[in-house]
Amino acid sequence: MAEHSTPKLAVWKFASCDGCQLSLLDCEDELLAVAGAVEIAHFLEASSAVVEGPYDVSLVEGSVTTPQDAERIQEVRRVSRHLVAIGACATAGGIQALRNFTAVDELASVVYAHPEYLSTLETCTPISAHVPVDFELRGCPVDRGQLLEVLSAFLRKRKPDIRTHSVCLECKRRGNVCVMVAHGTGCLGPVTQAGCSAICPSFERGCYGCFGPMETPNTASLSAALHAGGMDGGTVMRLFRTFNATAPAFEAASRAEEKGAGRL
Amino acid sequence: MAPSAPTDYHPVVLDRPGLQSLIDALVTDGRRVIGPTVRDGAVVYDEITQIGELPGGWGDDQGPGRYRLRRRDDDLLFGYAVGPDSWKRFLFPPVSTTWRAEVSREGVEVAPPAEVPRYAFLGVRACELAAIAVQDRVLVQTNYPDRDYAARREQALFIAVNCSSPATTCFCPSMGTGPRVGSGHDLALTEIPDPAGSRFLVEIGSERGAAIAARLATREAAPADREAAAAVWSGAAAAVSRALQADGLKDVLVHNLEHPRWDTVASRCLACANCTMVCPTCFCADFREAASLSPDHAEQHRTWATCFSVDHSQLHGGSMRWTTRSRYRQWMTHKLATWHDQFGTSGCVGCGRCIAWCPVGIDITEEAATIRATDGLTRLPAGATP
Repeated sequence: MAEHSTPKLAVWKFASCDGCQLSLLDCEDELLAVAGAVEIAHFLEASSAVVEGPYDVSLVEGSVTTPQDAERIQEVRRVSRHLVAIGACATAGGIQALRNFTAVDELASVVYAHPEYLSTLETCTPISAHVPVDFELRGCPVDRGQLLEVLSAFLRKRKPDIRTHSVCLECKRRGNVCVMVAHGTGCLGPVTQAGCSAICPSFERGCYGCFGPMETPNTASLSAALHAGGMDGGTVMRLFRTFNATAPAFEAASRAEEKGAGRL
Repeated sequence: MAPSAPTDYHPVVLDRPGLQSLIDALVTDGRRVIGPTVRDGAVVYDEITQIGELPGGWGDDQGPGRYRLRRRDDDLLFGYAVGPDSWKRFLFPPVSTTWRAEVSREGVEVAPPAEVPRYAFLGVRACELAAIAVQDRVLVQTNYPDRDYAARREQALFIAVNCSSPATTCFCPSMGTGPRVGSGHDLALTEIPDPAGSRFLVEIGSERGAAIAARLATREAAPADREAAAAVWSGAAAAVSRALQADGLKDVLVHNLEHPRWDTVASRCLACANCTMVCPTCFCADFREAASLSPDHAEQHRTWATCFSVDHSQLHGGSMRWTTRSRYRQWMTHKLATWHDQFGTSGCVGCGRCIAWCPVGIDITEEAATIRATDGLTRLPAGATP
């Protein structure tokens, strides 16, 4: 039995791919330190043993897409002292929120043989649309270093040191050559929040915006530059419609491209 | 700090094998030689040991928000204009550990600072020497010197190469910093084109430089060598097409803080901070303690930071510069105006990096010229005071 003073950690899954909670198991070198610092009380991906709540810190992965989940998140909030939403699904709706751009019945009839068996909400929404969230950690998936930082911060009762500026700072610190300026490659780095260490530009790819909009995203100016670089409206629209498609700034940017770009 | 002034050294001439010998000599002295090399479609600065790693035959086309390598029709080794890197990357690294500490039964033990590398920088341009002199004022000539920067700076050897091929984004003559190397170098090379392989006129700028040059197979410069070098210098100066009218600029900018142009530029500015990352004089850094889950270890990191991030101006209660307008204005008025009050110099050396590496091509010279040309315009209603 763990001592009373050991904080209890719970990990919850909603509509998601499990990649973010796996980032915790992926902490390898630090995993023992995590296990030593907290009692992992509820983490089905890691262990079927479940310790009852309440929990000191709940990490919540995934978005809310069904009536059952909309009820379950209320229960999670009720048993959690601190609730941290992790990943693009939990913080912005995730890639499955692409369905918000069209009628869900129409989609279901195309995808499923018996859509009448489905019980789904009209839209797919982040955790913060349902309950108060103490912190949102971005990323698709989250960065394990940032995840450890957030855990440490909540365990030590301090503010997490998670920066909200653009990816460009990380990219330049790393010594990458700018793919947009030097190669003409479309890149969302200037409007995307840092945290991934600029992985894609490090491999000469444009940023896909996995960490969602940065603190003051000027998507209109970036879109204009992408058009000037030869990208058509549909391509720019799709660039903004991936893992954070319904993050407000990215959604507005993609909707601005809809005219003349056809449907999704 | 700065290498001693040139005395009565005579210029000498070095051929290409001689340049390799120079690199070899520096390596023999235990130095890490950092020079230009082509990587990922740009000329960047990295460790080199062979002249074959230099950007032989490469030039570049640059414009606002645009950089492309291009093949030259000769095989000059230094026929490019400055790229995204500056020597700041080595003198003031993007991320460094300022201290680390361990807690044990005996108490807290702080590890001594790591030893700094002994660099030799090859291919330093005049504008870059000027930028290093600016960073010296900021980081060394102050009551609270940055010890890591000062130590790296003290150790480093500067082998300048005069610029022969400025980009359209360059405006060093306006800022009085180039294109010809004047001071701050240990050796200053001028690459003289020659169908048989370029050779170098070597000007000696310090005793350290003289000592290195004495170990190389050189010959006395002939009048023809000097004339050829002078043609490179004048050709470079003539090739600079962009200008920034610097005189009186400080007054113009500080008297136009409510100019509507700040709104126009803010509508384009991404606040992505690329300009400040590539700027060779921008010196802002965050010092942050990094905590691990383990309670017995802590360290502090110094990381390149930027006035374009919201939390740069975070005070009790919030950020002072929430709008991009206020952040761009802060950056530009500091760089071109209030830097004079703070450090006795402009913060701009005219290298043009902020123009080329801005993803949306904002041009600091155009912004300054527009405000100067429409001096006194204000977004405020008539009669209002800011």
